[in-house]
Amino acid sequence: MTKFVDLHLCAPFREAERQRKMIIKSCELGYRLVGIPLPPNASRDDVNHLREICGEAGLDFVSRVDLAPKNPRELLQFLRHLRQRFEVVSVLCASKPVARQAAKDRRVDLLSFSATRQRDRFFDGAEAELASKSLASLEIDMAPILSSDGFLRTRLIASLRREVAIAKRFHVPVTISSGATNEHLLRKPHDFAAFSMLFDMDSSLALRGLSEVPLALVERNRQKLSPDFVAHGLRVVRRRDP
Amino acid sequence: MIRRVRPRYLAIQIESEEPLEEDDIKDTVWNAVLQLFGEYGASKAGLFLIEYDKEKKQAVLRCSHKALSMVHASVASVTKIKDKPAALRVLRISGTLRALGQKA
Repeated sequence: MTKFVDLHLCAPFREAERQRKMIIKSCELGYRLVGIPLPPNASRDDVNHLREICGEAGLDFVSRVDLAPKNPRELLQFLRHLRQRFEVVSVLCASKPVARQAAKDRRVDLLSFSATRQRDRFFDGAEAELASKSLASLEIDMAPILSSDGFLRTRLIASLRREVAIAKRFHVPVTISSGATNEHLLRKPHDFAAFSMLFDMDSSLALRGLSEVPLALVERNRQKLSPDFVAHGLRVVRRRDP
Repeated sequence: MIRRVRPRYLAIQIESEEPLEEDDIKDTVWNAVLQLFGEYGASKAGLFLIEYDKEKKQAVLRCSHKALSMVHASVASVTKIKDKPAALRVLRISGTLRALGQKA
């Protein structure tokens, strides 16, 4: 059975009841793993609390941080401090230099772009080429498409269509996330897959973006964060008893 | 020879805190199709509301099999009904009403 993943469940931090409702709803809709963005200064207790709520609902929890650096230097600083603390690192690329740095840095997992400012969507051929070498994925949040309408939605869909075509050409994995801030913006994985036909993603590609692609990303990062990890392809299998 | 239009039936769960009438559901789905695909797209959909259970807040829609992905996307795009937050979720899709009932 396919294990569906929503890597961007924007459950409001410190609003326990709303968080719980959204997590339970995600489980009802068929997701088995959710990524909830946390502030960079989130404590271990906060993470454990969310892990507990997800565990009660029968979901696997992934800690995630959304970075919005102003320049490449700030991005490198953030990555140095935060990479070891979170399982998934997403970067909102608000400028071209940040986008390029994020695409070539192997510590960045997800590249996301502004949904409202079309000029700030820097996912072009050069960006995709860098991203394909560093294993970063292009993240598409569904909530902004669902909640917008008219001209704004038309432009957003047009941008996404162009970006998906570029991602396909350069073999950049695409991750589809809900980006939902409330329960009404959550949908079943197959509903999201049907909705992605708007930007020319066929159903199988969309379903991979909701399952295999994010799952592989999380597994890879969990291996890296494990104390047994030494380097790519090398891990500690047994330790000598002290 | 003109081929018969093969229907597809979609069972839908409506999530809204407001009490809703059949016409509200009909209008919402039609408007969603019109908004996403325009009048030309809507004309190909062959959309029809077969039944609506007010208590369970479940509806059954019929559409042409060629327009299934279009109708599915439109249904998924609904975020408001009567200006109140709502969501439509596709429960099942089938080629016959009997099979739709059996899948329940």
